[in-house]
Amino acid sequence: MSTTTTNVQTTQVYQVFILATPEQIWDAITKPEFTERYFHGVRIELRDGRRFSALGDMEWDEEILEADEPRRLVHRWIAGYDPEMAAEEPSRVTWEIQPQEDGTTLLTVVHDKLEGAAKTAASVSGTGWMFVLSNLKTFLETGKPLSG
Amino acid sequence: MDADHVFKALADPTRRHLLDRLFERDGRTLTELESELEMTRFGVMKHLRVLEDAGLVVPRRQGREKLHFLNPVPIRLIHDRWIDKYTEHRAAALADLKHELEETA
Repeated sequence: MSTTTTNVQTTQVYQVFILATPEQIWDAITKPEFTERYFHGVRIELRDGRRFSALGDMEWDEEILEADEPRRLVHRWIAGYDPEMAAEEPSRVTWEIQPQEDGTTLLTVVHDKLEGAAKTAASVSGTGWMFVLSNLKTFLETGKPLSG
Repeated sequence: MDADHVFKALADPTRRHLLDRLFERDGRTLTELESELEMTRFGVMKHLRVLEDAGLVVPRRQGREKLHFLNPVPIRLIHDRWIDKYTEHRAAALADLKHELEETA
């Protein structure tokens, strides 16, 4: 690292090619039996227009803004796993799932509207989303997560 | 986003400089990036193109502007594949050495 500045980006973009179909990726990000394998153990499911998360005895949920299975999912983001971050303004996460000609699928995650959530923004950048996405890629391609 | 493209993209100081600029502040236009480099607009475009091909920079339209975002995932994948493997081995070797020294002590 060249600087120690805590530069916080209010729009963050992450992209990864995954050797899987859009449907497999959709299932992996919306079904609890899959998310708990690579998403820090969090069980995530979509129900009644909301995205529910459960981790141990913690539970929280966010509004779904757009759902176009299996191509696009937009929802509010609340860091319900951390009381201090959960008290910040909700931000927004967009999942774009685009099949490629070579049989892979390009997954783009845009985490934005982070202006009122500085601690959350710092937490999801760095290894935050990268950990989840590289773990998701390994999970879908090999059936096993990288860690855990 | 294969590893060859990423290594090639990272093998150039101007491109690493561009990534550092985006790390400092993400989501910049070509004009902003150009103003920080002693280089023609075409030169910067060419380097951005190589970074985009490697998946390290993702362009996104926002209104009339095309903004460039740093995508750190390919570097993470190289880290997982190449760096972790070797540093883990070294850490394990040190652990073995400690174990051996403590046993003979």
